[in-house]
Amino acid sequence: MSHCNCSSPDPIRKNGMHELLAENVLSDWLKRDDEMNYLRSMPSLESVLMWSQYNNQPTSLAITKRTAADHVLDKGMDRRTAVQAMAASLMAGMGFFQTACNPFAPADEREKSQLAWDDYFQGNFRIMTDKEKEETVRRLERMYELNTGKRINISAKGPIPGVLYGYAFNISKCRGYLECIRGCIEENNQDRETGMQYITLHEHKKGQMNFGEAPDDFYHEVPRDGHFYIGTQCMHCENPPCVDVCPVQATWKEEDGIVVVDYNWCIGCRYCEAACPYDARRFNWQDPVVPENEVNHNQHYLGNRLRKKGVMEKCTFCIQRTREGKNPACVEACPTGARIFGNLLDPNSEIRWVLANKKVFRLKEDLGTEPKFWYFMD
Amino acid sequence: MKPVHTSEFPYDAGKITDDIKPKIVRSFLKDAFDSITRGGAGYHVWMGTLTFVMLTGAFAYSIQLNEGLSVTGMNDRVSWGFYISNFTFLVGVAAAAVMLVLPTYILKDVDFSKAVLIGEGLAVAALFMCLAFVTVDMGGPARVWHLIPGIGLFNWPSSMLTWDVLVLNGYLFLNLTIPFYILVCHYQGKHPNARIYVPGVIISVFWAFCIHLVTAFLYAGLPARPFWNSSLLGPRFLASAFSAGPALIIIVLSVIRRFTDYKVENVTIGKIALIVTVAAQINLVMLGSELFKEFYAPTHHSESAVYLFFGLHGFGGLRPWIWTAIMMNLFATGILTLNPLRNNHKWLLPACAILFISIWIEKGMGLIIPGFIPGPWGKIVEYTPTWIEICVSLGIWAMGMFIFTLLVKIAIPIETGKLRYVTETVSSGEKTTTNMPASTNLV
Repeated sequence: MSHCNCSSPDPIRKNGMHELLAENVLSDWLKRDDEMNYLRSMPSLESVLMWSQYNNQPTSLAITKRTAADHVLDKGMDRRTAVQAMAASLMAGMGFFQTACNPFAPADEREKSQLAWDDYFQGNFRIMTDKEKEETVRRLERMYELNTGKRINISAKGPIPGVLYGYAFNISKCRGYLECIRGCIEENNQDRETGMQYITLHEHKKGQMNFGEAPDDFYHEVPRDGHFYIGTQCMHCENPPCVDVCPVQATWKEEDGIVVVDYNWCIGCRYCEAACPYDARRFNWQDPVVPENEVNHNQHYLGNRLRKKGVMEKCTFCIQRTREGKNPACVEACPTGARIFGNLLDPNSEIRWVLANKKVFRLKEDLGTEPKFWYFMD
Repeated sequence: MKPVHTSEFPYDAGKITDDIKPKIVRSFLKDAFDSITRGGAGYHVWMGTLTFVMLTGAFAYSIQLNEGLSVTGMNDRVSWGFYISNFTFLVGVAAAAVMLVLPTYILKDVDFSKAVLIGEGLAVAALFMCLAFVTVDMGGPARVWHLIPGIGLFNWPSSMLTWDVLVLNGYLFLNLTIPFYILVCHYQGKHPNARIYVPGVIISVFWAFCIHLVTAFLYAGLPARPFWNSSLLGPRFLASAFSAGPALIIIVLSVIRRFTDYKVENVTIGKIALIVTVAAQINLVMLGSELFKEFYAPTHHSESAVYLFFGLHGFGGLRPWIWTAIMMNLFATGILTLNPLRNNHKWLLPACAILFISIWIEKGMGLIIPGFIPGPWGKIVEYTPTWIEICVSLGIWAMGMFIFTLLVKIAIPIETGKLRYVTETVSSGEKTTTNMPASTNLV
C-alpha cells in the first residue's frame, strides 16, 4: 500500500545519523511511561546524556536501571498477590486447581497443575524484578521438562548497557537463496505446521521497485535473470506504532532497541498486527508445532521460547543470540554477506561503517516510524 | 406481593420520588423475573428459537476455542474479519440511542418519549453484542484480566483500544442505570426526579458520540492502513450510525406496537424517520466525497478502494458486497427522501430494513476487510468468513435479540401501567396500588 517513498533512496549523512540517534535515545528516555517517570531525576538524566554521547561505558546507566526495576516491582508484587487472591475463588472449579490441591494426585501431575496455576497468574515480564524474572524462566524450564522429559535453557538476560542494535541489508548482494529464512525458522522455533516466517524476500523485476508486483513465494532457480531481491522483517522502529496500540503493554521496545512481545501477557487482539506498516508481526492462529528433535534448546524469555496458540510473535533480532554478543541467525545463514548487524552506538562497528560510507535508505520513511533497518547498494 | 394489573389511571400525577428502597428494588426484580418467564406461545417459541441459535453459536465457539482462530477465515494478511466488522457496526447501533435520548430528556419533546426506553434497551443489547464480538475475536480470552486497570497493565491513554474499553463500558453503565431508575419510579407509579437522571442523560448524550468516534479513531489512527487513515472516518461513522440505528428502532417500534398494547403514535415514528433520512443523506454526501478523493487522482493509497469497488490484479471478492450495499443505500435513501413514501409505512419499513442491511455491509465487508487488502507490501489475500464465524456471529446476534426482548418484556408492562408495585397498608390491612393518570408524560 503506502510504499510510495520506498523507491526514493534518501541517503543519511554521517552527521545527520549522529543527530538522529542522539535525539531518538534522548526522547525515548524522556518518554518513559509513568512507572519509569522518576528516572527523570538528576542522576539518570546524567546517564542518559552520557549514553547519547556514544561513550563506551556508561556505567551509571546500569545502576539507575536496577533501582528503577526495584521501585516498579514492589508494585508488581502487590498486584499479582491481589489477582491471585481475587481469582482463586473464581477459578476454584478449574481442573488444574483441583489437581494442585488434591493430595491423591500423582506428584508430577500436582506439580504440573501448580506450575500451570502460577503461569496463568504471572505478571507482565517488563516490570518484574530480576528475581521474579529468574523464577519465571525456571518455571518455564521445569514445565517443559515435565512435559517432554527434555531440559532447555531459557535466559532472562537484559539489554547490554551502551548497545543499540541496527541492521543493514545489501540489495546488491542478495541472491534470493532464502537461507536467511531457513536459519531464522530453525533458530526461533517457529511453527512448522503453518510455515510461519518472520523474514520475507521480495523478488523485484529490475527497473522498478513495486512491492505489490514482487512475488514473495517464488520457487525456482535463483537468482532469476533480470531480477533483484529485497528482504523485509521487523524493522525495530525507534517509534514503533505496534507498541503504542497494544492495550495491555504486552509488547514494548527494550533499551537496546529490540521490540519484544511477552507471549504470556499478550491477549491476542491483533491490534499491533493492524498497526504495523512493515508486515512484521505473526499470530499463532493455532497451536504451534515444533518436533522435539528440532527444538532449539537455547532460548530467551522474550525470544525463541516456545509459543502457544492465540498470541503474537515477531522477529527479535534473535535476542537469545545477540545479547550474548553473537549475530542473528539470518546474518549467520546468509551465504552472500548481504546482511549486516551491529551496535549503532559503537563507532567502530560494521553497521556504523555502512551508514557512514554507503548511500542508505529505509522503507516507508514517510510514516515517521524511524526504522533501525537500512538498505543500501554497492 | 403480586403484580396487580390495572387498565386505567396508571400514574399518580403529583408525586416525584428520589429514593429507591431496597424492598422496592427486590420486589421490582421479582416482578421483572415473573414478567420475563411468562408469556404467550409466540413469546416462548421466539425465545426458544433464539436459545437454539445461541447454543449453535456456543458450539461453534467451542470449536474455535479448541482449535484456535485458524478455524476462521482470518490470517496474518486479513487479521480482523467478520467479528470486528459486526463489532464496528453494532457500536453505531448502540450510539444511535442518543438520537432519541437527546430530544426526549433535554429538549422535552414529548413525541419521542415512547421510543426512548426502547432505544436505550436497544443500546444495552447492542453493547453486550459488541463486547461479545470483541471477546470471541481474542486469541487469549482467558487472559482478559490483563486489561483490568490496577490488576493488569492498562495501556491508557496511548492505545485507542483502552479508550474503547472505557467508553463502551461507561456507556453500558449509563444505559443500564438510567432506564432502571426511571422504570423503578414508574413501577411505583411515581415520577422520576429530574435532578437525578438528567445529569446522567446529558453525560450519555456526549458519551454516545464518544463511543462511535473512539471506535472510528481505532482505525483512523493507523497510518499503516491508508484506507482507514482518513479524517472523514469518524464523522462518517456517526452519520451512518445515526441512520442505521434509528432505522432499526423504527422497525422494532412497529413490531412492538403490533404485538403488544404499547401505544406508539405515528408522529413519533415520523420524527424518527426524519432523523434516519437526514443522516442517510449526509452519509451519502460523505461517501461521494470519499469516492472523489480515492478515484479522481488515485495513488498507492487508493489501492484498497480500487480493490473494493473494481477489483485489483484479478481479485475482486468484495465487489458484489459493496455494490449491493451502495445500490440498497441509494434506493432506501431515495424512498426516505420522498415525503409521500416516507410517511407511508408500507414503504418506510422496507426502506429502513434495506438501509440497515446496506450499512451493515458498508461498515463490515466494505470497511474493515478492505483496510487489510492489499497488505503492507501490496500482497492480496482475500477473505471470506467461515461457517464457524457465521455461526458464532449469528449466536451473538441471537443473544442481543434475547437480551433486548427481556428488557422490553420488563419495560412495557410498567410503561402501560399493568405492572405496579403493591403497598400493603398495615392499618387497614387492604392492598392498594399507587395510581397515576394515564396521559402523563413518561419522564
